[in-house]
Amino acid sequence: MKQHLSNPPEASVQKKIPSEKLGRFGKRVIRNKILLLMILPAVIYTIVFAYYPMTGVVMAFKKYNYRDGIWGSPWNGIENFRFFFKSGQAGTVIRNTVLYNVAFILVGTVTQMAVAIFLTEIRSKHFRKISQSMMFLPYFISWVIVGVMAFNIFSDDFGFLNKLLVAMGFKKISFYITPKAWPFILVFFEMWKGVGYGSVMYLAAIMGVDTSIYEAAALDGCNVFQRIFYVTIPSIMPTVIILFLMSVGRIFKGNFDMFYNLVGTNGNLFNYTDVIDTLSFRALISSKDFGMSAAVGLFQSVLCFITVVLANRLVKAYDPDYALF
Amino acid sequence: MKRKSRLKIQKDVIALNIIAYTFTALIAILCLLPFIMVISGSFSSERAVAANGFSLVPQDFSLEAYKTVFKTPSVVIRAYATTTVLTVTGTALGLLLQTMTAFVLARKDFPWRNGFSFFFYFTTLFSGGLVPTYVLYTRTLGLANNYLALLFPLLFSVFNLLIMKSYIMGVPDTLFEAAKIDGAGDFRILFQITLPLIKPALATVGLFIALAYWNDWYNAMLYIREEKMFPLQYFLYKQVNSIEAYKKMIANNQVSGDVISTLSLPTQTLKMALTVVVTGPIILAFPFVQKYFVQGVTIGAVKG
Repeated sequence: MKQHLSNPPEASVQKKIPSEKLGRFGKRVIRNKILLLMILPAVIYTIVFAYYPMTGVVMAFKKYNYRDGIWGSPWNGIENFRFFFKSGQAGTVIRNTVLYNVAFILVGTVTQMAVAIFLTEIRSKHFRKISQSMMFLPYFISWVIVGVMAFNIFSDDFGFLNKLLVAMGFKKISFYITPKAWPFILVFFEMWKGVGYGSVMYLAAIMGVDTSIYEAAALDGCNVFQRIFYVTIPSIMPTVIILFLMSVGRIFKGNFDMFYNLVGTNGNLFNYTDVIDTLSFRALISSKDFGMSAAVGLFQSVLCFITVVLANRLVKAYDPDYALF
Repeated sequence: MKRKSRLKIQKDVIALNIIAYTFTALIAILCLLPFIMVISGSFSSERAVAANGFSLVPQDFSLEAYKTVFKTPSVVIRAYATTTVLTVTGTALGLLLQTMTAFVLARKDFPWRNGFSFFFYFTTLFSGGLVPTYVLYTRTLGLANNYLALLFPLLFSVFNLLIMKSYIMGVPDTLFEAAKIDGAGDFRILFQITLPLIKPALATVGLFIALAYWNDWYNAMLYIREEKMFPLQYFLYKQVNSIEAYKKMIANNQVSGDVISTLSLPTQTLKMALTVVVTGPIILAFPFVQKYFVQGVTIGAVKG
C-alpha cells in the first residue's frame, strides 16, 4: 500500500491523465496496476484470438477473394446463406448434427449413470479400480487413434467384425459404403470414449448423497434395487439435469474430431454422417469457398449462442447456483 | 431389517452384485478391446493379417512391422520431438497464463473481476467460427507453416480458467490480506503463497493442457503443410491414411544402403505398429495421472 501511495504521479504520466482529473477510476487503476498487469496477457490473447475473429463473421456476407482480404472483398448480401440453404445440404447437416447430439446425450447419460451407480455398489476395491482405469483409457487417446481402431473393426478385408460375421456364416457388411450403420458406430465410439471420464461426475454426485437417507431406506425395508431407484437416482437428479441441460446447449455443435477421423472425406456416408462442422470445413479447405463456409459457421454460432443462453435460463430456473451466468 | 429373512435380503444383494459386476466388466472390457486389437495387430505378420484380418490375440509373432517403423527412426523421432517440445512449452506457458488470470479473477479486492470474468466467459458463448480464425492465422498473422500456429490455439482455455479460479477461491482471503499487510506484492502473493497451496489444481490443469497439446492434430491439419514439422498425431493421421506414401518414404530414406522395394514392406501391421509407437507414452503415463483428471472433473462439477 505504501508503495502505491508514492506512485501516483509517475503512473499518471504513464497513463497520460492529468493528476487532478485522475478521479476515482484512475486511482483504482493505479491501486490495481499489478493485478491488471497479470491479467493483461490473457486479455490480449482473448482479444486477438477470440474477439478479433468475431469481426470476421462479416465474411459470411462477402464474396471473399484472397487479394482484397476480409474488408476489401465486395459485399455479397445473403448469397452465401442462400447457397448453403439451396444446396440441399443445410437440412441434412442440421438434422444430423442435432440427432447425433441427442443420441450422444441420451446414450452417454444412461451409460455413465449406470456405470457410476454400479461402481458404487461394487465392494471389491480392486475390481472397482481396475475397471474404472480401463474405462478411463479411451479418454486419453486422440480421435486419430480411434479412427485406426474403427478401421480395425469395420474394414472390409481386415475388419475384426467382418471376419467374425464370415466365421459365423453371415455375409460381409461393407461398412464403409453402408451409411445406415454409422449412426450406431459413431454413437458407440462416443459412448466408448466418454464413459470413464463422464461417469466421474455422477460418482461424485453419488458420494455426496447423505448416507442417513440410505439407512432410513434400509430401515423401511427397501431392497437394494428400490434403494437405487428411490434414493440414489432421485438424489443425483440435480446433477443429471444440470449436465443434461448443459449438453443440450451444445446441440448444434458437431464433434469435428470424431466425424473427421471416423468418416473423413468418405462421401458415400455423408447423408448419415455429415454435420455442420464437417461441411463448413470442407467448404473452406476443399472447395476454398470462404464465403459459404463463413456463412455456415456464423449460422452455427448464432444457433449455439441461442441454445446455450436458453439452456442456461433453464438451469437458472431449476437451480440458480448452477447457472453459468 | 432383522425381521426379514436373511435369505431374502441376500437375494437382492446377490442379484444386484451380479448385474453390477457383469455390466461394469462388460463396459471395461469393451473399452480395452480396441487397444488389444491394435497391439496384437502390430505383433502379427502381414501375411496373417491379410489372411485372417485383425484379431484379439496375435495369430503369430512378428516384429516385422516395428522393424519397418524403425528402419527410418528419424521420421518418427522428429515428430516425437516436435510434439514433446510443443507440449512442454505449451503447458508451461499455458499454466502461467491461466494461473495469473485465475488469481486476479479470484481476488475479491479486484474491482473489475466480474467484468473481466464475463469478458473471458463470453468467448465460450459466441465465436467467429472456423473461417475467420483460419484467416487470422494464415493471413493476418502469417503463421502458416509456423510452430506458433500449433502453440497459440491451445494456450488458453476458459474451461481451465474456471477450474483454476474456483480452486484459488478456496484459498482463504485472510491469507492474501495478511501477506499484503506484511508488504508482499501481488506477484509474491501469487508465486510464494498461492502456488504452493494450489498444487493439485496446477497438476490437473497442467495435465489437461498437456493432453490437449499431445493429442492435437487438427491445428496441424489446418496450418502446417511442411511434412517435417508435423506433430505426432497428425504424422500418424497422414501415415495411416496414405500408408503407401509412408512406405515409399521408408524405402527411400533407409540408412542401411541395401535397396528395398515398397512391396516387401508390411501395410496393415505397419499402421498398427505406428499407432502403438505413437500411443505408448500416454498409456504408460496414464496410471500416474488418472487421478488428476478425476480431480479436474470433480472441481469443475462441484464449484464450477
